[in-house]
Amino acid sequence: MRCLPGSSALLALLALLAVGAAPAQYDYRLAPQALGNGAYVFVGALEHFTRANGGNIVNTGYIDTPAGAIVIDSGPSRLYGEQQRALIERRSGRPVARVYITHAHPDHFFGDQAYAGVPVYALPATREAIAANGDALADNLYRLVGDAMRGTQAVAPGLPAGAGRVEVGGRALQLIALAGHTDADLAVFDERSATLYAGDLVFHRRTPSTPNADLARWLAALDRLEMIPYKTLVPGHGPVLQGPEAIRETRDYLHWLDAMLREAAARGVDLPELAELPVPARFGDFAVLRAELSRSAAHLYPALETQALRRLAPDVRE
Amino acid sequence: MRCRAWLLAAAWVAPALAAPPDDPLRSPAWPYMAERYFAGQTVRFDAAVRVLMAGAAEDPLAVPVHVDADALADVREILVFADLNPITTILRYEPSELARPAIGFRFKVQQATPLRAAVRTGDGVWHLGGAWLDASGGGCTTPSQASGSGLWKDRFGEIDARLWPRADGWRRLRLQLIHPMDTGLAGGIPAFYLETLDLRDADGRTLAHLQTFEPVAENPLLSFDLGGRGVVSIRGRDTQANRFAGTVAP
Ligand SMILES: [Zn+2]
Repeated sequence: MRCLPGSSALLALLALLAVGAAPAQYDYRLAPQALGNGAYVFVGALEHFTRANGGNIVNTGYIDTPAGAIVIDSGPSRLYGEQQRALIERRSGRPVARVYITHAHPDHFFGDQAYAGVPVYALPATREAIAANGDALADNLYRLVGDAMRGTQAVAPGLPAGAGRVEVGGRALQLIALAGHTDADLAVFDERSATLYAGDLVFHRRTPSTPNADLARWLAALDRLEMIPYKTLVPGHGPVLQGPEAIRETRDYLHWLDAMLREAAARGVDLPELAELPVPARFGDFAVLRAELSRSAAHLYPALETQALRRLAPDVRE
Repeated sequence: MRCRAWLLAAAWVAPALAAPPDDPLRSPAWPYMAERYFAGQTVRFDAAVRVLMAGAAEDPLAVPVHVDADALADVREILVFADLNPITTILRYEPSELARPAIGFRFKVQQATPLRAAVRTGDGVWHLGGAWLDASGGGCTTPSQASGSGLWKDRFGEIDARLWPRADGWRRLRLQLIHPMDTGLAGGIPAFYLETLDLRDADGRTLAHLQTFEPVAENPLLSFDLGGRGVVSIRGRDTQANRFAGTVAP
């Protein structure tokens, strides 16, 4: 930052004026990107949670209908949800019709508080997980994000989402109930725009995160998603794209991760030594690669490494 | 500049025992740690001591750490401690000349703290490596759930283990003892933990001796790099004089 003459006096004046003023609310500067045919996305940063990004590392979206918008994921905080809802209602000119929460990770559902009076749906296991762990997740996110999380509390979605086709305001959605990234992952396909909101089952140019993952189920879920006749895909994290590249990329990474961890466990590698193993160049430009790999090792390796050991016969119990 | 050069020269000629060196990790507890563990001894911060550990604890009840001091010659002891843990000492490892100076383990962390490995060489000098560990959780979720498996109720004292050949000629031993490793800090539960572990080869030669303390994680999972010949025999004892034993075939 360059200091112009007189700027320090100006700053001093501003500081004086600021005394006693209410602290400014965090502004997420949400700007929807139009995907065509009334489908929209809010694209988040390809980063970890920080104070600067206010937890906005996630993609959320909405689909406009004559009966009001259908919102997919409410974001990382009450403030995000409020700003998201105000913006959508201003643009569509109607109250939001309903909200779908894709899964129970904190960047996807903490905006629920802003949707009082609006039906909020999620898969049953997602509702249970938010009810059980929401407060602990909120504490954790406060530590990482700070101010932008002020006033945020976990609100479990009030209604169960069922798999299948639903119509809202004359628009047909396919709700696809899957699992693997977590115990319950909901994908939403909007037929008119041929847009697939994949939630965190699909990452793009951003390393997949695995704190509650079951890799075999996740890979099976990707096979299901690949059969959907989408044109536009909205990943949970990373840029929106046309075509199958992001699903293939996520599958490729998960296959490699699974094989790498199994092979290391079978060789007796200790968990912290995994950080020294080479990573294929094709994943080299994924955002937050080393950090997520280290976390994935912590999530997935303990089960594999103890499986690799053998029970000893107790020879001399003195 | 001149003044500074003079000070450096003074430090060079002063006996190294006089004051502990400045802590590169800037831990508030370093003066106490230096006094407690190294009073009257020579301490040196040394990049040759490698501490492999993630920067943040995903599971504060089992933080994986691997210490490797193979770049140092004539290692006699590896002392591992965490400055800001309620109980600071985690383990003391004495590899014989038939073991590589490296060890892997998991420990319980209470709050953000430096984790240090102090490696004593034959000349009596302590070489220190370490890193800060953030224990306030991270990323897209809460830390993993407490292990608290209660596995030890049915399987107390059992040992799972395996021995692998390594490309460099050493043999990797990994073992897990089923044990609660109670710290004594949780209300009403007295301290109850594995205290010693001895490793010998088929000829009865000592490969390594390990002392473990309260912060070592439940169901200790340990990694060693050993020489010697044939089977490795494991002998352990806990604070209530329970004895554990097993033999691992190559
Ligand atoms: Zn997620």
